Amino acid sequence: MITGEQKSLEEIQTLLGEAEKVLVLGCGTCVTVCFAGGSREAQILSSSLRMASKLNGHPQEVTDFTVQRQCEWEYLDEVEKEIEDADIVLSLACGIGVQAIAEHFPKTWVVPGLNTTFLGIPVEQGVWEERCAACGDCILGLTGGICPIARCSKTMWKGPCGGSEAGHCEIDPDVPCAWQLIYDRLSSMGKEEVLLELQTPKNWQVSRDGGPRKIIREDLRLITEEE
Amino acid sequence: MSSKDNDYLVGSRLEKVLRAGHFAVTGELGPPQSADPEVIREKAALLKGYVDAVNITDNQTAIVRMSSIGAGTLVLQEGLEPVIQMTCRDRNRLAIQSDLLGAHALGMRNLLCLTGDHQIFGNHPTAKNVYDMDSLQMVQMVADMRDKGIFQSGDEFKGTPASFLIGAAAAPFADPIEFRPLRLAKKVKAGANFIQTQLVYDVKEFSKYMKKVRDLDTHKETFILAGVGPLKSPGMARYMKNNVPGILVPDEVIERMNKAGNKWAGKKAADLSSEEKKARSKAWKEEGIQICIDLIKKIKKIDGVAGVHIMAIEWEEAVKPIVEGAGLYPRPEEK
Ligand code: SF4
Ligand code: SF4
Repeated sequence: MITGEQKSLEEIQTLLGEAEKVLVLGCGTCVTVCFAGGSREAQILSSSLRMASKLNGHPQEVTDFTVQRQCEWEYLDEVEKEIEDADIVLSLACGIGVQAIAEHFPKTWVVPGLNTTFLGIPVEQGVWEERCAACGDCILGLTGGICPIARCSKTMWKGPCGGSEAGHCEIDPDVPCAWQLIYDRLSSMGKEEVLLELQTPKNWQVSRDGGPRKIIREDLRLITEEE
Repeated sequence: MSSKDNDYLVGSRLEKVLRAGHFAVTGELGPPQSADPEVIREKAALLKGYVDAVNITDNQTAIVRMSSIGAGTLVLQEGLEPVIQMTCRDRNRLAIQSDLLGAHALGMRNLLCLTGDHQIFGNHPTAKNVYDMDSLQMVQMVADMRDKGIFQSGDEFKGTPASFLIGAAAAPFADPIEFRPLRLAKKVKAGANFIQTQLVYDVKEFSKYMKKVRDLDTHKETFILAGVGPLKSPGMARYMKNNVPGILVPDEVIERMNKAGNKWAGKKAADLSSEEKKARSKAWKEEGIQICIDLIKKIKKIDGVAGVHIMAIEWEEAVKPIVEGAGLYPRPEEK
């Protein structure tokens, strides 16, 4: 899932400026699961903003609403009226949701209430960790199902580097060394020989380095290019 | 690598010394955090004649310094042979290859391929890192440049290819420790002609590592230079033991360093006069140099070790007494 963290109240207030009607728009999917931008967070943030704006002497009219997914037009259509009525929309979705609003409502000023952080997993209550960098050419089949692109601090194709110590990465004792994890898993399954293969440098063109990416599935399209 | 045939890969002094079967000595020179050429010239003067080639670090510990190739050019002018260090942290494959074309054109012939310390340790921790490839892939790429005359893309060189004696680093005591000899073998398979190891203080553990390396016959395919370095104080020894990944410092070494300062034992730094502090530091440094000499003598006896790489960064003065003390002076006359 996509994880996010709420921005500080101060930063959010700066982003909102002196707008009178504020719509705090939560999202019911990934950011709900990571407790950053679901309906509960939208409600709490709205009341904090109302209080803060009163104390500042510029009371704002803050309402909140949560749609199931901000990253799809059809769900945004449900709140068209609320969005158009607001002077500003504070989106608690990931960056995709924020952009979906900007794209779908050309006259609406939308600002992000979250920092979108990574694609990850809740490893325990209250702790999330990064797992995938959406590199466009998945190599998990060669690394025992552990991703060095997202989880090795140096995105090493073939590690571990000389900084691996006692299972953790050189950058921080709290960061596990991805290559130690890969090594442990492959050797526990008797597949160490995979580690000895040389690999040509990764193709980053299919990653973000090749420019913004797009997927076209002709088999699913309703309108084809010719039409 | 056979020491008999004389068709050199690049014909650098380092290659000739190694191929002739001499016990090689390389040093290290850290470029300044400035554009001052004098710093390089002074350091080069301290090392000239005592090492066969000198590594020029590449933004070491992720702190911005004069470029390795720039400093290497100055070192060459001083009549000393550089080993250019190149990390994957700051350059993608385009920049690495283009810099290497320049380095070759300027007369540099030895290269050490490194992944590089993470930028979080340096003075620009908010920088974006590159890591387009890792050190293994860099070794492969540079071997193809020299041996096949092709760029990483597969395009052929138009004219003189960039040719280097290719080096790589080894961390014998980093984790997972049982994988390290295999990883070394892999670097050699990728094309590493010489290897410089992380600092060795524990000869017993290093011998065990070398045994595994010999079992894989890796020492026959490459030249392995063991990393050594003089300690400046017991504090430095303890710091390395506890804080630097992949360095083992046995208790006897720390004990020897402590003993050297026995005369001032039990006194806090604040209670010592500046003369006393100087005397204590001198005593520690002398012992640090002596320990390094003793280490080299022991390491030299280990089968499969082709030389030592002396890392005395910001203490280049130490190299002369170490090389002399270890009986490695004068250096052979390979030109
Ligand atoms: S290899 Fe690429 S796609 Fe696969 S998990 Fe890692 S970053 Fe994601
Ligand atoms: S210590 Fe491990 S995770 Fe960290 S950079 Fe090195 S190989 Fe990658």
